[in-house]
Amino acid sequence: MKASTPDLEAWWSVEDFDDVVQEFLVESYENLDQLDQDLVALERDPTARDRLASVFRTIHTIKGTSGFLAFAKLEQVTHVGESLLARLRDGAQILDRRGADVLLRVVDVVRALLAQIEADGQEGEMDIRDLIVEVEACINGEPAPVPTADSAAPAEPVAEAPAPAPVVEAPAVDAPAVDAPVAEAPAAVAQPGAPEAAAAPTEEPASRRGVADTSVRVDVDLLDKLMRLVGELVLTRNQMVRATEHSGDHTLSRAAQRLNLITSELQEGVMKTRMQPISHLWSKLPRVVRDLSNSIGRQVRLELEGAETELDRSLLEAVKDPLTHLVRNAVDHGLESPADRVKAGKNPEGTLTLRAYHEHGHVVVEVADDGKGVDPKLIGATAVKRGLLSAEQVAAMDPDEVLRLVFRPGFSTAAKVSNVSGRGVGMDVVRTNLEAIGGAVDLRSVVGKGTTWRLTIPLTLAIVQALIVESAGERYVLPQMSVRELVSVEGQTSARIEYVSGAPVCRLRGRLLPLVRLNEALGGAPERPEERGEAIYVAVLNGEGHEFGLVVDRVLTTEEVVVKPLASHLKDVGCYAGATILGDGRVSLILDVLALARNAHLGNAERAAAAAAALAAEAVKAETRDRLLVTRVSDRRVAIPLSMVTRLEEFPVQAVERVGSREVVQYRGQILPVLRLSGLLGSWSEETSDTVPAVVYSSGGHSVALAVDGILDIVDDTAPHGPSDGDGLSGSTVIDDKVTELLDMRRAIMAADPDFQLPDFETRDYSYVEAS
Amino acid sequence: MSTVRYATFEVADQLFGLEVGEVQEVLAFSEYTPVPLAPGHVGGLFNLRGQVIAALDLRVRLGEPAVVRTGPAMNVIVRTDDESVSLLVDRIGDVVELEDTAAEPIPDTLSGPARELITAAFPLAKRLMLALDARAAVRGSETG
Repeated sequence: MKASTPDLEAWWSVEDFDDVVQEFLVESYENLDQLDQDLVALERDPTARDRLASVFRTIHTIKGTSGFLAFAKLEQVTHVGESLLARLRDGAQILDRRGADVLLRVVDVVRALLAQIEADGQEGEMDIRDLIVEVEACINGEPAPVPTADSAAPAEPVAEAPAPAPVVEAPAVDAPAVDAPVAEAPAAVAQPGAPEAAAAPTEEPASRRGVADTSVRVDVDLLDKLMRLVGELVLTRNQMVRATEHSGDHTLSRAAQRLNLITSELQEGVMKTRMQPISHLWSKLPRVVRDLSNSIGRQVRLELEGAETELDRSLLEAVKDPLTHLVRNAVDHGLESPADRVKAGKNPEGTLTLRAYHEHGHVVVEVADDGKGVDPKLIGATAVKRGLLSAEQVAAMDPDEVLRLVFRPGFSTAAKVSNVSGRGVGMDVVRTNLEAIGGAVDLRSVVGKGTTWRLTIPLTLAIVQALIVESAGERYVLPQMSVRELVSVEGQTSARIEYVSGAPVCRLRGRLLPLVRLNEALGGAPERPEERGEAIYVAVLNGEGHEFGLVVDRVLTTEEVVVKPLASHLKDVGCYAGATILGDGRVSLILDVLALARNAHLGNAERAAAAAAALAAEAVKAETRDRLLVTRVSDRRVAIPLSMVTRLEEFPVQAVERVGSREVVQYRGQILPVLRLSGLLGSWSEETSDTVPAVVYSSGGHSVALAVDGILDIVDDTAPHGPSDGDGLSGSTVIDDKVTELLDMRRAIMAADPDFQLPDFETRDYSYVEAS
Repeated sequence: MSTVRYATFEVADQLFGLEVGEVQEVLAFSEYTPVPLAPGHVGGLFNLRGQVIAALDLRVRLGEPAVVRTGPAMNVIVRTDDESVSLLVDRIGDVVELEDTAAEPIPDTLSGPARELITAAFPLAKRLMLALDARAAVRGSETG
């Protein structure tokens, strides 16, 4: 007697069908474990309605799915079981010993059928008629049918004692409540093809749960303890490796090597046990997005990429709220209404993409929308309006920095406060939450194109990559995560320490970086070793949403350190995030970068900020506006504002190709229009060298090259400008006693590429340059 | 009548005792990591078999001026509910067994921060031993 073959296979692919069956099996096994428990408990307390309801639901679910999958026997058995349960649930019948027996037998038969299905995808020859008769008798209150010798239980696999049933399989420690949707049923249902179908599975009911039995539930506390122990081991390993480095004992070194490897592997393994895919977090988002977009009239398509990316469970919990906030914010403020999108020539349906991936030992989660983008001008204006910064301060910042103002407390750009987001709490909370776990948040945005929020999350909390620095003879640990770059400051280099109203600052690529001297921040006596000609180092750190430089005496090394909690006596000090033990066994303090920023900035923040802004404005002028690149165009000297120079290049002559009447060169995967300034300025260049020096200007992803005959110098533009006397020039000036003509960049660029989208030169250049 | 065993040690020429059960161990250690900006009685941090232990200078806790210690300092490590804390002392003494009836009230002449840390005074053969309240001694509330 063969089970009716599912016609479904005709229109489903076999694999699809197998997948569905496997999922059904796993889900059902899990629910059955709970069912056993519930039934036994019910026998003791037959009126526990919630248990009855939960048992009913489980059987009902199996019945529904087996009907759908055309498992006729399973459907019949669960159907009669359900009928009995319905009576019990509705109070028409009380669960007695006999009822419990019958129901447990139903469960056994269901199990046996599932095992058969798992083995060969079919229900097999099992005889279920006796059971059905028995259940019906129980429902109708008839005496139990006289069992034939072997009809009490279907003959083969359900040989487990049919009668006084509590020989129940011990349920898993904290099995989920039956009604919890088993949406997260282990995805790794390995054998879709059920290759071992040939084996006679009915002989070994014990192995029937091959699928579900491969995973074990483990107490989280135990995992935490293992993680702590591994942390200790990492420390010991570090010490051991350090100690044997110079021992010269080969046996010892080799053992230390092995210890090193094994420890790393163990650490990885233990960390993996605590990992959960980020899909746990994301599973709720489609609903959030749907509800929100419906309520505010947006059309949103949500795309999830990298849902299998795994994170430590404690971190998963920590990023839940920030992530949800960013998603809501993107729907509410990032994406435009369908009408606006159509007006802007976009698909009325906006796309919100969540992307998770690994990068440099961190997990990156991006929330990207293709909406209207964030306008730095708007952000800057709002910051000024809110009194967070002065107009000069904003003008001195680069566009990315301006964008990051949204992470300042009390900042909200929503033109209109809605009940969704934009209450002025939000982005700063997102940032605080992320930084609290050693992560970071940043954003990139192109006006009109969209915004990408980028969360960087460490893989684990317990072990961090750290930079070890030295100050006043002591070593301190900085989490690598917050270190942007390291700058060495020596007497002669351009990076000098300057003072603005007594507050130290450092010029870094035309920007002013406020400095915090670590030894002073830790209460040490003021010292200025750089004035004695000693080198100092500045670690550029990211804290509280803006950068500052931490001045240390030396930068020693990077190391993986295990974060130890601080003794209760030291928690109030506030500068330390914890302590750790370094490779040589000494204890070292882990600096709390946020607290350092806060403490130092509070001390002289107002004063320094105001002065720094003034100086920064000056610096911008000095560094970018009033410096000139002097080039040679045949025998003329032509100056180009340095702020308009993105790069200087030399192209081989043969690389310059002709397209129509224009010249172009292939450059970084782009076709770059080349304009010979000699042509523009009406000079004839007779030079024949192998290379063409060029000034490259880039903006908004476009570039042009202005070919010259030579690069001469970079000078400060101090002399007054004379009037323009030639085409393509905006004036002339005297530099080094020689007349130098000033190039009209706008004309030059337009001549090179008429389609070039020029930003407004008069105000600051806010054009977005794609970060590479 | 029951007896209590005390581990004794000297701080600023005064003999103190802690009930043996409260002392995890006693050891000499010489390298401490200073903790800038910490309260004055925090003598530093050190690594005790992989645990970071805070050492409290008992001198300062008792209101005495801090002294610069050279060489290894003696640590009496006290285990409290959730962490181990070390008390830096000048010298380690014997373990003495005392009958609890021998305790006398704290002398009125004892004043200052010390008074809060002392539970009883025991006159020994040659000198007076002050019994320390371990919990009070490792609590970080008062600053030195």
